[in-house]
Amino acid sequence: MRTLLHRIGLTFAILVIVSPAVLFFLWMFSLSIKFEIDNASYPPVFIPTRFNWGNYAAVIESKRFMTYFFNTLIVTGSATLFALLVGVPAGYGLARMRARKAAVVILIARITPGLSYLIPLFLLFQWLGLLGTLWPQILIHLVVTVPIVIWIMIGYFETTPMELEESAVIDGATRWQVFRHVALPIARPGIAVAFILSVIFSWNNFVFGIVLAGRETRTLPVAVYNMISFDQLSWGPLAAAALIVTFPVLLLTVFAQRQIVAGLTAGAVK
Amino acid sequence: MSELTAGRTSAVEKEAAKKKEWRPISYWPFIVPAMVVVLAVIIFPWAYTIWMSLHEWKVGSPPTFVGLANYLRLPTDARFVESVWHTLVYTALSVALPLILGTLAAVIFNTKFPLRGFFRGLFILPMMATPVAIALVWTMMFHPQLGILNYLLSMVGLPPSLWVFHPATAIPSLVLVETWQWTPLVMLIVLGGLTAIPSEPYESAQIDGATPWQTFRYISLPMIMPFLFIAAMIRMIDAVKSFDIIFAITQGGPGSASETINLYLYSVAFVYYDVGYASAIVVVFFALIIALAGALLHLRQRTHWNDAGGSA
Repeated sequence: MRTLLHRIGLTFAILVIVSPAVLFFLWMFSLSIKFEIDNASYPPVFIPTRFNWGNYAAVIESKRFMTYFFNTLIVTGSATLFALLVGVPAGYGLARMRARKAAVVILIARITPGLSYLIPLFLLFQWLGLLGTLWPQILIHLVVTVPIVIWIMIGYFETTPMELEESAVIDGATRWQVFRHVALPIARPGIAVAFILSVIFSWNNFVFGIVLAGRETRTLPVAVYNMISFDQLSWGPLAAAALIVTFPVLLLTVFAQRQIVAGLTAGAVK
Repeated sequence: MSELTAGRTSAVEKEAAKKKEWRPISYWPFIVPAMVVVLAVIIFPWAYTIWMSLHEWKVGSPPTFVGLANYLRLPTDARFVESVWHTLVYTALSVALPLILGTLAAVIFNTKFPLRGFFRGLFILPMMATPVAIALVWTMMFHPQLGILNYLLSMVGLPPSLWVFHPATAIPSLVLVETWQWTPLVMLIVLGGLTAIPSEPYESAQIDGATPWQTFRYISLPMIMPFLFIAAMIRMIDAVKSFDIIFAITQGGPGSASETINLYLYSVAFVYYDVGYASAIVVVFFALIIALAGALLHLRQRTHWNDAGGSA
């Protein structure tokens, strides 16, 4: 009896704590599939009798949606790949040199508001004549992606065993060979964590885009924001656009929650 | 290293010792590319910002050196002073609420139940979702006539609110979004602390007949204090520089009721293009974050959280 009561109480508690998140996204979905007349009715309609999937079609077929989608893919993809390219070896080197103190630069990067980088880099990009291309956004996203990758990789390489590397060195392997053939294969799960978090934070970034993006170079978060201010006032297409932008991230979060949790608590819980 | 090579021939030992000696240099090539990037996108902007902050400089006209004039202008700028207060209120609430709710959620997630990983995945959705997309839906929910929040208030017999459309409720409403978004991060950090506690204290507490509250208050709480501190620190840093949510929902309004330092900084830099003054704001803003972090550290040392928390 006691255990039954306990179980009911626990189930209730779990439902209560996950409901703000779940109900929010269900409501977002509800808004996105309703006709304007249902979205503007009071009391609110939760489950409409008629579904308007046209909201999604309207967003996807709208001018430049595909451009913005590919812009986001290019910026996020380039910034993440480049961060892995320089950040994984750096994480390895810093971990093996036991140079945790060098990571203080990364800490500063974490503390500094994103806007602070924008002012000097905006002037630099202007001077270099890069505004109007995707380059400024790719480069400034490195402010986000490089520290994430280095931070996670330091933590990961510190936990991988040294013995294999030691014996490879004794067998005459060079530092580079040891890294390439011994350390890197073991670190694959850590690289996956760094990749996932880097992709999500770059994909979600908004502040860099509103300053650096022109009409043709917007990423999806900036495009959605511009929809509120200029083009759209009806809720259905707006909610549909918002859901399209964030859906890849939501999907990744549910399926890779183990890696995400490991990555986010790396450094914090240690 | 020396234990590993012990027992082998002395030649190998010597070679290994030599390698050990050269280790610091041999790892440099791994770090140099990242150092170049960090220098270009993190160190250079910082150095340039400090240089700019000493100049009167509007985009389009040449900079003139003015010394500390930009900094001296800050205390007399009523809009800046007001934005500092907004930031402090916003931050205090956005640290306290997620800390309390996140700890509560962590205690629940620390019990074993089926599909725990899946539920944890759902629970952390708010902090991973694209902030602008989230802000857009919250804006609809805050709508005074058609928004679902006023409907929910009416369901429990409360009068409707103007939410982000009234100066007095703008900041609390934004804090509600911030709390909804970031409670999961506090939960994850505190959960990390709870899972690290050994089971013995709980077992003996159960034998002694302690109530669940007593168990939490006298066993869990002292043990997770270091984790609560870390969560508070991270939350403080993120709340102070919160931008996306505020910018997308209120743009600092109505009027300037929810204008934090970051929002004001945006206006000075990219609406008025006064980059010299904006750079001075950046430097003071950073100093404020460091000062708040220092205050938190001081608070921790004074309350001896570490002693209570044992070896963490």
